[in-house]
Formats: sequence, C-alpha cells, structure tokens
Amino acid sequence: MRSIGIILAGGVSKNLGVLTRERAAAAMPVGGCYRAIDFSLSNMSNSGVSKVAIITQYNSRSLHNHLSSAKWWNFGYKHGRLFIFSPYISEGNQFWYRGTADAIYQNLLFLKKSHEKNVIISHGDIIFKINFNTVIDFHEKNNANITLIYKKKINNDSFNLCDFGLLEIDENNRLVNFDEKPLDPKSDNIFAGIYIFSRDMLIEILETILSQNRYDLISDIIIRYRKKLKIMAYEIKSYWNVLNNIESFYRVNFDFLNKNIRDEFLHTYPYIETKPKDDPPAKYNFNAKTKNSIVGSGSILNGYTENSILFNKVYIGELTSVKNSIIMDKCQIGNNCVVENAILDKSVVLSDNKKIQGSQIDLAVVSKHSIF
Amino acid sequence: MARREIIAMLLAGGQGSRLGILSKKKAKPAISFGGKYRIIDFPLSNCVNSEIDTVGILTQYQPFVLNKHIGIGIPWDLDRPNSGAVILPPHLKSSEGDWYSGTANAIYQNINFINSYSPRYVLIISGDHVYKMDYSKMLEYHRRKNADATIAVLEININDASRFGIMNVDENNKIYKFEEKPEFPKSNLASMGIYIFDWSKLHEFLILDNKIHNNSDFGAHIIPEMIKFKKNVYAYKFVDYWKDVGTIESYWLANMELIKTLPSFNLYENFWKIYTQVEYQSPHYFGKNSDVSTCIISEGCEIYGKIYNSILGYNVVVEENAIIKDSIIMSNSIVKKNCYIEKSIVDENCIIDKNCKIGIGKNIINSSEPNIYNSGISIIGENSFILEGLNIGKNCVVSGELKKENIINNELESGENLIINNMI
Repeated sequence: MRSIGIILAGGVSKNLGVLTRERAAAAMPVGGCYRAIDFSLSNMSNSGVSKVAIITQYNSRSLHNHLSSAKWWNFGYKHGRLFIFSPYISEGNQFWYRGTADAIYQNLLFLKKSHEKNVIISHGDIIFKINFNTVIDFHEKNNANITLIYKKKINNDSFNLCDFGLLEIDENNRLVNFDEKPLDPKSDNIFAGIYIFSRDMLIEILETILSQNRYDLISDIIIRYRKKLKIMAYEIKSYWNVLNNIESFYRVNFDFLNKNIRDEFLHTYPYIETKPKDDPPAKYNFNAKTKNSIVGSGSILNGYTENSILFNKVYIGELTSVKNSIIMDKCQIGNNCVVENAILDKSVVLSDNKKIQGSQIDLAVVSKHSIF
Repeated sequence: MARREIIAMLLAGGQGSRLGILSKKKAKPAISFGGKYRIIDFPLSNCVNSEIDTVGILTQYQPFVLNKHIGIGIPWDLDRPNSGAVILPPHLKSSEGDWYSGTANAIYQNINFINSYSPRYVLIISGDHVYKMDYSKMLEYHRRKNADATIAVLEININDASRFGIMNVDENNKIYKFEEKPEFPKSNLASMGIYIFDWSKLHEFLILDNKIHNNSDFGAHIIPEMIKFKKNVYAYKFVDYWKDVGTIESYWLANMELIKTLPSFNLYENFWKIYTQVEYQSPHYFGKNSDVSTCIISEGCEIYGKIYNSILGYNVVVEENAIIKDSIIMSNSIVKKNCYIEKSIVDENCIIDKNCKIGIGKNIINSSEPNIYNSGISIIGENSFILEGLNIGKNCVVSGELKKENIINNELESGENLIINNMI
C-alpha cells in the first residue's frame, strides 16, 4: 500500500449539454453498463490502492446514488475505505470548492492522517485502464516530486489539441513546459488528467499556495512549480479518452463496438467494476435483429438494432429501427419508431410511430425522462 | 445475543441424480438456470425479498461450486454481522460424526445453530426449486391460523399426484392426513417442501423422532407424527409458478419457457429481483453478421454466429457461422467457427472446437443410462473440450478433455457416451 487515491468528480461540465443537467460528468454512462467514475475507481482498487477519496460538488446526487456502497469496487473494509467529500460549511470555511487544489486542501486531513508515500489524483470523467503500480514505480525510480500521465496524440486520433493541457518534455521524460488549452499547440502530449504526488510534498505545496489564495492544481502548482520541482511525465500507451463534450461522449461509447477495446475493458482481468444492477438476461423476441451492437442486461428487444449501444433495461418495440445511437438505461421505445444518430438519456419514452433522427454531424440529444 | 423472529434453513445438499452429468460435480442447487442464475438463487432471493436476513444453508453433496457461489452472501445482501448466510456442512461431534441422513436429520444436527438465534419460527426450504414466493405472507397465514406447522402446497393434476407428498385437508385447510406418494390419491394438494414451524414444536419433534428414526425426514416422519399427535398443521395454497427441475427434460423445458414472448415465469419484475453472483456485469455484443431470434442472453457474451430459441449464460462466445438452436449454453463456454448445435446442453467452461455438430441424427435413447438421457437432448459436461470436427448424435453425453485417440471416425452415434476422466 504505497498510495492513496483522490478522484476529482466535482467539476462543472458545460460541454456535455443536457446530459449533465442532472448529473456530474463522472456519473456519465459509458460502454453499456458503466459510469465514467468506475474506470478511475476500479483502476485504483485493482492496483491495490485501498483508501480512496472522491471529491464531489456539482450535481452530485446521481453520483452519490451510484456510490451507494463501496463494496462493489472492493472497498468498504477496515483496511480499505472509500471516502466521499462534498463541500460543507464550518466556522472556518464558508466556501464551495474554489478549484481542484482547494477541493483537496479543504480535505487536507485525509492526506495528513494517511501514512502512504504517494497520492494518485485522477479525474472522474476519464476512460482508461492502467496498473498504477507501474506508474508509481516510474515515479519512485525517478525520484520525482510529481508525475503526470499523458497520452500522445497520433494521427488518426480525433483529439483537438486546443482542448487539452499539453506537456512539453525533454528526452528523459521530464516536464519542461505545460500549456493549458493553447491556441497554437506546440506539443501533442495530452495531459491525461492523472497526477502522482509525493504526499508530504503535496501537503506542503497546498498549504503554501492556499495562503496565497491560489486554488488550481494545474495553473498554481504544475505551471508555477514546473522548474522548481522535478515533474516527470509517464505515457499511457493503452486506451485513454475523456468525456469533455457530446462528441467525445458519443465516440467513447462507440469505441466499445471495437473488439480490441471490448477485449481490453470487458474481457481482460482485472475487470472494471460497477454497481451491480441485478437485471435478468436480455431477451430477444422472435423478430429482434441486432447487428454490431452492445446490449445491457434486462433489455427486451423486438425490433432492429444496428451500430448502437443499449444500456440496461431498454425496451425496443416491434418494427422499430435503432441505428447509430446510444440508448441509456430504462428507455422505452414503442412500436414502429425510428431512432437514428441519437443519444437518448435515461428513461426516455417514445410512444408508437415516433421518429428521432439526427445526423453524424448533428446528433439528436434527448434529455432524461422526456416523453414523446 | 442476536435474536430473530424467523430464520430460514435451506436444504442444499440434493444430488439431483436424474440430472445425470449436470449434477455430477455440483449439487443440484448449484446448477445453472435461466442463463446467469443458479437454482439456489431463487429460494435465496425469496428469503431476502421476504425480509429474512438469516439463512442457514445445509450442504453435503459436491458443495464447492455452491460454497464459492454463496461466499459470504454479498449478492443477496446476506453479508451481515451476527447473521446473514451461514453454510452448515455435516460435522464431527465430540465422539462421532454423521452425514445428513434425511431432511429433518440435517436440521436436527444443527439445533444449536438455530437455538443461537432463539427464533420464534423456522422456515424450511429446499435449494432445488425455481419459484418466487413471499414467505412473509405464508408466515402471516401461519400466525393467523395459530398453526404449529404450515406446509406450502400446490394444486396439481390429480393424475400426477402419486409422484408427490399429498395433503388431505378439511374446509379450514387443516391437514388431517399426509400421504407420501400415494397409489390412490384422495387430494391434489402437493407439498412443495416449504414448511414454517414454531421452533419450540419442531425442536420437540426433531428430538422425539431422532430417537425412532436415524434418517429423520420431514415428509416421511415429522409431518405425519405432528398430525398424529393432533398438532395444528395447515396447508398454505400457493398459486403461481413453481418448478422442480428434476429431470433433464424438465430442466430443458423450464429453461425454454423463459424465452417465450410472455413467459410463465417472469424475471423482469422490478420489485422481486433474483440476485446472483456474476463475474461479469458488462453488456454483450452482437457482431455484424450475427443473427438472433427468441433467445435470452446474459452479460459479457460475444456473438458472431447465429442463435435461435436458446439460452446463453454469461461470457459465452459464439464465433462466426456457428449455429445454435433450441439449446442451453452455460457460462464461460466457447462455441467456435462453423459449429452446429441443436437441442443440447453445454455446461459451464466448455470449448467446442471448430466444425463440430452436436445433437444431430436419429433419436436413439441412451444405451447406458436410458432412464436419464431419453428426451433427445445431448449434454456436454462442464470443463469439456470437444475436438474439431466431431459429430455428436442425440441423447449423448460427452465429458472431459477429448484427445484424438478417444475418437474413431469423428463420430459419436446417438445414445452413446464418451466420458474421459482425465480430470480429478
């Protein structure tokens, strides 16, 4: 147990539009049965990190609901706990979390009362699979103060570099410069939203910068201290993505139609764990046809489904056609409907003969609980 | 001391001998059912859904799959301090040890366990049956009738009555006579093997009967004796789905009922969920050239072939151009390219290599065990490897990791067995 974990799951995510009107980005449904935070949580749990704090603030209801029990991710023991830190008012503090660094600072006791050497900080809206022990080895071997994980953009990746923090590194993988969402990207090393800090040093820096009213991990620690501290960069070579807008949300879900991605996330141990739904097997009635799609349990299908992601307990009526769409939990689509290039948020109900048609450039996004 | 109003004792030691190879390495309650479930999930889920939080599970025959499945009871919310799921195997006493020699004997041997909760009532159920039942309603009935014992009964066809324990009741449903498998049944009320007892009364009769019979049984001894001693024994009529999947054919049929558009057993209810232990929670995938009609499919499956009228457990792989019809493929099995499987049961963790055909040819009854394998269904036992290109007929049993020398002509005629014991 060399590390404790912190998952930042409290940020506002405006670019996800109606999908985050009632949920935090970390609670976004992914891959037919997961929520985004399952990836960070499972990676920590699977790497033997036994104490993890989740910091929530914005729209935290649905996230708290998902985290109703720690045992699904193998936490919830005397020696392995999950902490949930939401902002609170006390005599000494009247503020919401004013930034990522402030959010951790307001819960500094969690760091102070631990004895582990390192702190892994991850964002709740990133989709990846990693053994953190390898990264900690790298961090310790290099005597780093901080290690940042980055993803290298390769030609056919759809990442828009201007949306990300970019790392410039030297030949030893030491950070030279960090550009936050630059207009003229000079590097293709995308910051992956994961940091390793040495715990003692993180406490010290947080106390210093907060006394100067600075609240952000990136601008106030990484960028300001980039020369003073030894900040190393570790490349994640496996799949990595982030839910930073509707297009990336759509793309990440469709990545699960790719066999390699499914093999990596669904069929290679250790698995990504999620809150169990205990739904029965999915049921395909006589006229159900399903091509190149993933389907969650508890669903009942009568119609045609192609190139789509169906979450749990979806109902598809007779003569209905669903193509290139994401249909979240508990949607009910009646008979003779057409759904194309659409994202239906949870519990959308379409009565018979309805059409929801978007295009690949302009997806139709239907908010939670809509009824047509 | 932890005290409970009611605790459940679940008899899970059944061998299920008419299920042949399916119950060879696991007790009947551990056999897969409905894709992702095991039979014991139904009574266990009924317990938690009926707000019973203490369940003693009595195991004896091949308990390992069962023990692992139940663990500390997490999926059923039975991981609780001072109660929850407790596995109770036969054990040594100070001077001697005994196997569980009968249903009531098994409870007799665990009197101390039950006493430690000082329950008012004890519910006795079996791990062999598929049904959804609210035991709290039965308990309410038991209390209302001021009964010493209440037996759940099912109205069955009178022609089948000589295969069951039959209750003869008066107009108040009080049982005045119990007949075990009567030749000339006078009633069509069959015991479902579900009993609620006042613990003090049951305690008394268990001790009494143990002095007379060394294989004390509820149906044969305890119930008839309670009636003889004029105790208040009532029948509780249950009107819903209940199945004892005792034979290969009834097992197959009960599974096949689940794939009907409106199945008589509904797994899709929100407020009476059936819980189980699954390794996978991930969705399943259908490939570009796959086809499906009238099936139920569990988590994590990858389907590139064609499946019709079938049931798939979790994490099953069906490769390109494989065709599966009227079959049950249990969890973690792989059906490779170009296979054809019809009316067969493939148990857990099997690999069916390329170009195999299973369940083809004439319907000839099994030559070595005609009483068990006679309904046209072929079975591949758990952990088997079926060699590329093998043709297997109907009513066949194949088990083990097959090697080239085990097979002549790539052919196993209908009604033949091929059982390789190369595993412990």
